[in-house]
Amino acid sequence: MLRSMAVLGRYTLFSLHEIGKASIFAFNGIKNCFLPPFFFRETLRQMMVMGFYSLPIVGLTAIFAGMVLALQTYVGFTRFGAESAVASVVVISITRELGPVFAGLMVAGRVSSSIAAEIGSMRVSEQIDALRTLQVNPFGFLVAPRIISGVCTLPLLVLVADVIGVMGGFVVSVTLLDFSIGSYITQTVKNMAMIDVISGLVKAAFFGFCLSCFGCYHGFCSDLGARGVGDATTGAVVSSCIGILVLNYLLTALFFGI
Amino acid sequence: MSKIIFNNVHKSFNNRLSVLRGVSLTVAEGESHIILGQSGCGKSVLLKCLLGIIKITSGDILVDGISVKDSSRSDEYMRKFSILFQGNALFDSMTILENVEFGIRQIRRNDKGRIREVAEEKLLAVGLERRVFNLYPAEMSGGMQKRAALARAIAIEPEVLLFDEPTSGLDPITGGKICHLLKKTVNSLGVTSLTITHDIRVAKFLSDRASVLHDGVLVWTGHTGDMERCGNEFVEHFHRASHAISRRRVLE
Ligand SMILES: Nc1ncnc2c1ncn2[C@@H]1O[C@H](COP(=O)(O)OP(=O)(O)OP(=O)(O)O)[C@@H](O)[C@H]1O
Ligand SMILES: [Mg+2]
Repeated sequence: MLRSMAVLGRYTLFSLHEIGKASIFAFNGIKNCFLPPFFFRETLRQMMVMGFYSLPIVGLTAIFAGMVLALQTYVGFTRFGAESAVASVVVISITRELGPVFAGLMVAGRVSSSIAAEIGSMRVSEQIDALRTLQVNPFGFLVAPRIISGVCTLPLLVLVADVIGVMGGFVVSVTLLDFSIGSYITQTVKNMAMIDVISGLVKAAFFGFCLSCFGCYHGFCSDLGARGVGDATTGAVVSSCIGILVLNYLLTALFFGI
Repeated sequence: MSKIIFNNVHKSFNNRLSVLRGVSLTVAEGESHIILGQSGCGKSVLLKCLLGIIKITSGDILVDGISVKDSSRSDEYMRKFSILFQGNALFDSMTILENVEFGIRQIRRNDKGRIREVAEEKLLAVGLERRVFNLYPAEMSGGMQKRAALARAIAIEPEVLLFDEPTSGLDPITGGKICHLLKKTVNSLGVTSLTITHDIRVAKFLSDRASVLHDGVLVWTGHTGDMERCGNEFVEHFHRASHAISRRRVLE
């Protein structure tokens, strides 16, 4: 009994310690986004890696999410004779929830792991020490560009995901479910609220911050050696996915005033 | 005039593993000093302590009278050094030309127009040809990477050059060439240098002043030629062992 209490206590202390460390890290990262020198080329490179190269995977996720959503809603709603609501359900769920969350999770898997691996192996190969000897703040050169590009590119990706997801629903509805093109589009446009889209994009910016921050944090705190870098990539994906889901709940509650 | 002073430097990790246990050493201005020691005895840690990348537990390190612990003058302190890392530490997202330019751009912010010119000049000086300037570090051999890293190190015009195992991982011929290059570079720049190695022949070639690090302290400092009869058991053993290996190599 006592022993299990001790384990619980130790685990709690350890978690608090980690959260504290990560918060200080995040604060330092944000601070360095606003302090010169600015590394524009590195920031652009990161935007390319995070944004452009994530387009295919985000687009694919979005189109299938939209398609499945149309099918499922149709099946469920015909039971109440409410199948005309498919278009509105698709557009509302995609813009509010599915677009941002799916894009966030996919990019977290793709990008935060690669950030952690890159920074971790830079640490192993003494490149971070080399930055220090060249009087470059590693936070300014490595963390700030990644945070900036995370915050900037994720909303753009989500915008693309929204459009593609709605298209996916549209295609399934008009080809398989016998909706008329005209009425589906009118329904979609009528139910697309600006606040839904914008809340999705704001969420996306937070997700982008979360996943790049966790990627960098795990990279910087990795143990030396190949094993350490491996653990860091796993840690980065796990914590950024959890972070995104928690943030998603908090932001949704905040936006819709619950 | 003494350039670098290590004053009873201690370093332990996580309060248990004690790596340096009272290192004291003085390196004069313009001197080339060698630190010898077994693998894992803390040579790289000593260099990183000197650079302030690793914080020392107690003691002090002074360079031109500035303490490594004086955070208000840390820029001025760091500005004096340049280091050739054991694993080269070239940035692998940049070509070698960009690596050298990056170093110059960070340190010498004034003459922006000449950055490329200076970088190319340094790369040519270490014996790299123009056709490799746009290669990424991963596309080059170890010896070429060493040269590129040396170019980046000298491009920022340091007062103290540090070499961490400059010949490790290189074949004897390439290692020999790099040694000649280092000696030539240090002589022509007239800088103070501190070289870390476990190879006695490299040590003897590069300088005649050396210290031996063992069990966290410098057990001997003196002329490299006197090593075999210095009276310290470990130093003599270290000397004999490395010569035994090279004799065996010759026999084979
Ligand atoms: N960041 C660190 N945390 C904990 N221990 C460390 C750290 N860095 C080095 N050490 C320990 O310090 C000791 C000395 O390491 P160091 O890299 O200085 O050896 P070295 O003399 O340079 O060896 P080699 O010739 O193999 O390069 C090693 O036992 C290592 O485990
Ligand atoms: Mg070493």
